[in-house]
Amino acid sequence: MLLEIKDLRVRAEGKDILKGLDLSVDAGQVHAIMGPNGSGKSTLARALSGHPGYEVTGGTIRYKGLDLLDLQPEERACEGVFMAFQYPVEIAGINNAYFLKAALNAVRKHRGEPELDAVEFMRLARDRAKLLEMDQTMLNRSVNEGFSGGEKKRNEIFQMAVLEPTLAILDETDSGLDIDALRIVASGVNALRAPDRAIIVVTHYQRLLNYIVPDVVHVLSEGRIVRSGGRELALELEEKGYGWIEPEATGARA
Amino acid sequence: MPQLAEQQDTYQAAFDAFRREPAFGSGAEADAREVAFDRFLARGYPTTRDEAWRHTNIAPIAALSFERAAAAVPDTAALAAVAFDGVSHVAVIVNGRLSEKLSSLAGLPAGVSVTSAAVGAVPDVADLNAFVDLNSAFVEHAIVVDVAPKVVVEAPLHLAFVAVPGRAPALVSPRLVVRAGDGAQVTIIESYTDLGSGVTFTNVVADIHAAPGAFVDHVKLERQSNEAFHLATTIVRTGRGGTFRSHNVTLGGRIARNDIISVLEGEGAECTLNGLYVATGDTLVDNHTTIDHAKAHCPSHEVYKGILSGRARAVFNGKIIVRPDAQKTDAKQTNKALLLTDDAQINTKPQLEIFADDVKCTHGAAIGQLDEDALFYLQARGISLAAARTMLIHAFAGDVLNGIRTASVRDAAMRLVETQLSI
Ligand SMILES: Nc1ncnc2c1ncn2[C@@H]1O[C@H](COP(=O)(O)OP(=O)(O)OP(=O)(O)O)[C@@H](O)[C@H]1O
Ligand SMILES: [Mg+2]
Repeated sequence: MLLEIKDLRVRAEGKDILKGLDLSVDAGQVHAIMGPNGSGKSTLARALSGHPGYEVTGGTIRYKGLDLLDLQPEERACEGVFMAFQYPVEIAGINNAYFLKAALNAVRKHRGEPELDAVEFMRLARDRAKLLEMDQTMLNRSVNEGFSGGEKKRNEIFQMAVLEPTLAILDETDSGLDIDALRIVASGVNALRAPDRAIIVVTHYQRLLNYIVPDVVHVLSEGRIVRSGGRELALELEEKGYGWIEPEATGARA
Repeated sequence: MPQLAEQQDTYQAAFDAFRREPAFGSGAEADAREVAFDRFLARGYPTTRDEAWRHTNIAPIAALSFERAAAAVPDTAALAAVAFDGVSHVAVIVNGRLSEKLSSLAGLPAGVSVTSAAVGAVPDVADLNAFVDLNSAFVEHAIVVDVAPKVVVEAPLHLAFVAVPGRAPALVSPRLVVRAGDGAQVTIIESYTDLGSGVTFTNVVADIHAAPGAFVDHVKLERQSNEAFHLATTIVRTGRGGTFRSHNVTLGGRIARNDIISVLEGEGAECTLNGLYVATGDTLVDNHTTIDHAKAHCPSHEVYKGILSGRARAVFNGKIIVRPDAQKTDAKQTNKALLLTDDAQINTKPQLEIFADDVKCTHGAAIGQLDEDALFYLQARGISLAAARTMLIHAFAGDVLNGIRTASVRDAAMRLVETQLSI
């Protein structure tokens, strides 16, 4: 198992958000996590990437046999954990390409690989930008600054394509993308599917799952995974909403 | 007040010693010094009861017994470190005196000169405060930069002010005069460096005049030691359609204070006052700027940014005056500070005095820590916390430093920012 989360409990600013979450993801798989607003999907993503504002009060996360909770955010990233942010951060004054080169070289150094020089990096970056049909000029702008909502999301997946993570958590990468962009980004993600890599997509829309076909679909509600199933679960949710799941979940908890 | 008396004794002794020297001059020049010195004594140093000095306690300056800085020859190797790559026109001013020997001014284009002139030969500056009086009393010669009308000086001119400490704390009193004629263009880099260890007190007055249509790009890089005291009064007048740009970088000094008064005295004149300061440990940096819109259709832009750590303190006071004649003024002011420690502290105040009605004036201030969200974003991509902090500090400082057109000066300033902050 690449990722094994057991009884995870997470609190932020005095509020318990994840309340005993279990999730196992195998290498090579794509898992989708759906669930109502405020149920804790982004909190799970942040806890996985080590956000300091989210305190883990219980449970364990094992990843590649490591105790993930022991690692700093940058160590997790160097070990191949990547989160595509629901709300990517704008950073004025830091050039996108410069930032990504620093990130890639940090990861490569950690892996014991030689660092890329500016020319090698730009060759790689241009290649990946093409994969996502991304405007090359975005490389030379400040990180996410003034990017449209869709451009920010595309930039996240572009970073993923450059960094080639082992575990990627895509938090609502589809929201804010127009139809064409959704297709492009999805095919970019699909191109990154690999036997040694797992992807968790957080989404509200079954539509994305037509493009990125998941192996497993989970429903997260009130801080726990309350149901898991195959692709068809997403279709069922699309049709019936979340209401029908909640009582069952309560039943399961009792 | 005993302290005041002691302080006066110190300066009186220094002034008496100066009086016995040929450099003191005679006649009108000597009289002017006496008048200035009497005014200085009568006024005394400002105290924290003076509004403009409320947050800047200069007691450490008042407490020291200074001597007028002696003539000195700096170490040549050390002097090399003062230079900037690719900047070949350098005037070296040691303890306030222009050194022909150490300067390299032979290549200056026709119509440009850097000379040492009798103080009586340059216009008086307004006696704004005790420090200007003190400068007028102790200044020996004025350093005068003249750029003839229409002359465009492509290469920057570096005025390297060097303070060489003596046995007693050394009082250095430079006076700088810059006159850019009609339509002239010039870039001036005014740097301040301590060479040697010991306390220095640089008290400089600069008088800059950009004639109609002239363009003056002015970098002031203060990189004195953290033991030094640095007080600078810069008075700028820009004529019709002229442009004045200031990049005021303050990276050293136990107490460093800049008073910049920029008067837009002709229609369509424009000024940019940008500043970056870094203060660490127990140091204090104070920037008091005034942009005086005297005539109509003048835009002004001002961005001041500070980075503070340790128990450092900073003051920013940005006054903008819009006179009744200055319709269609467009003034923008931004003031930001990064406080890297809990004990660092800043007092900041915009001060708008607007006497015309058809004007645009905006100002904003942002004081805070490094952006946590940005730090996490960088970390989440594999960049260490230390590297992420450095990147954000670079970006913050770069906002001001990138405006400096001479790359080697810009880079040197950024390296000094790093050194000061140990990043
Ligand atoms: N830093 C925080 N401080 C306080 N409350 C928080 C914090 N982060 C999240 N929460 C709260 O925790 C709950 C879960 O938030 P989270 O962002 O994980 O939801 P989500 O499932 O991603 O929702 P959405 O679908 O709207 O993105 C919400 O009620 C939210 O307000
Ligand atoms: Mg969310």
